[in-house]
Amino acid sequence: MTTARYILAFAGAVCLVCAVMVSGSAVALRDLQAANAERERQRNVLFAAGLADPDEELSEADMAERFAAVRAVVVDLETGEELPEVDPTSVDPLVEAGITDSSRAVPENFARIRRVERRSVVYLVEAEGRLDAVVLPVRGQGLWSVLYGYLALDADLDTVRGLTFYEHKETPGLGGEVDNPNWKALWPGRRVFGAAGEPIIEVARAAAGPVAEDPHRVDGLAGATMTSRGVTNLLRFWLAENGFGAFLERLRGEAAG
Amino acid sequence: MASETRRVLMDPLIHNNPIALQVLGICSALAVTTGMQTSVVMSAAVVAVIALSNLSVSLLRNMIPTNIRIIVQLTIIASLVIVTDQILKAYVYEISKQLSVFVGLIITNCIIMGRAEAFAMQNPPLKSLIDGIGNGMGYAAILLVVGAAREVFGAGTFWGIPVLPLASEGGWFTPNGLMSLSPGAFFVIGFLIWILRTFRPEQNEAE
Repeated sequence: MTTARYILAFAGAVCLVCAVMVSGSAVALRDLQAANAERERQRNVLFAAGLADPDEELSEADMAERFAAVRAVVVDLETGEELPEVDPTSVDPLVEAGITDSSRAVPENFARIRRVERRSVVYLVEAEGRLDAVVLPVRGQGLWSVLYGYLALDADLDTVRGLTFYEHKETPGLGGEVDNPNWKALWPGRRVFGAAGEPIIEVARAAAGPVAEDPHRVDGLAGATMTSRGVTNLLRFWLAENGFGAFLERLRGEAAG
Repeated sequence: MASETRRVLMDPLIHNNPIALQVLGICSALAVTTGMQTSVVMSAAVVAVIALSNLSVSLLRNMIPTNIRIIVQLTIIASLVIVTDQILKAYVYEISKQLSVFVGLIITNCIIMGRAEAFAMQNPPLKSLIDGIGNGMGYAAILLVVGAAREVFGAGTFWGIPVLPLASEGGWFTPNGLMSLSPGAFFVIGFLIWILRTFRPEQNEAE
């Protein structure tokens, strides 16, 4: 009975049934999962901007209410100009970054980003008609995966309001500690730019000092050198000329003028 | 037959517990038991996977060529785990994020492979299904006890609800940091095994 032909046929049949089962469930549940991921992304915009606590349960109504103070804006990354005629919900920067026409190649960088989208969606938090914080989408290579997150800066465009990652596949307990609320709590108040205006924010190799004494560094993640470096690199990339440099420059000019 | 079914179902709970006696599936039992919610979801996932894998392997047991039986079992288990992971991501997204890779790692949980190979390959489908549920419950029992102990002593909460007033919030209880880390689970499981073997001395290994 167990001829080679039977074994191959049996193995093939098992694979086929299993493949149908796995892909069937993936297709059937895709919409629900995408909705969850989108919700998680939006929650993270709020967390980064300090409009929600990381462990807070938010209903749809809560989310809508808190997003009232937040304005999504499409930005041309090269000029830094807003594109007011473009509906932010119609733009998916991560998709555009993967298409040649809507992205551009960037020089080799430590964040290991090859192409950057021409336009991105940033979130402006406004209070009493003035800019209160700006939330920038950031991403870059960690150890195993690309980390996707949001960096929120105060109105001075230098002080960190919050940093949070909504998607990554770093090692749980090591690099995965980027999600640890205690680590995230180290970020607010740190300063990203140095005296010459270049991004010098750094995840340190070991412990960093308190905000007042050591404003440009944050504690490293124990056992996660590559993830820690990845966070440093991705922040520096997105804060510099190939990322949101032009946009931040324009906002600064507006604030001064 | 009724008592036989009962034995198949209930034995793995205390008498022949997969974690406490066979010391299988320890990795996930250490990793996911920081709280009750993750423990419950992980337990449910494992019960579902082990029950269905036992059932499918048992249904196919007379057809599976012996020389590829392990890889067939693994394929079935892996597919079930992926489907379970997809379902968790769709319906309990928050908790599935906390469980992270450990749902995927159910594939490598020795209890499931062990039951497929040791039981489902030799027994009829219904009995195998019951054996799967029984062993899943045995795993779940330990996870729930450990999860409860770690959440209460490590965070002062149960199912996210405060039960011990925290010192940091004006109460008297200082959370035990060890309990919220994986080594804490080692201690709790160790105590459980100690208690179990005190009352069931026949579980002690021969000197």
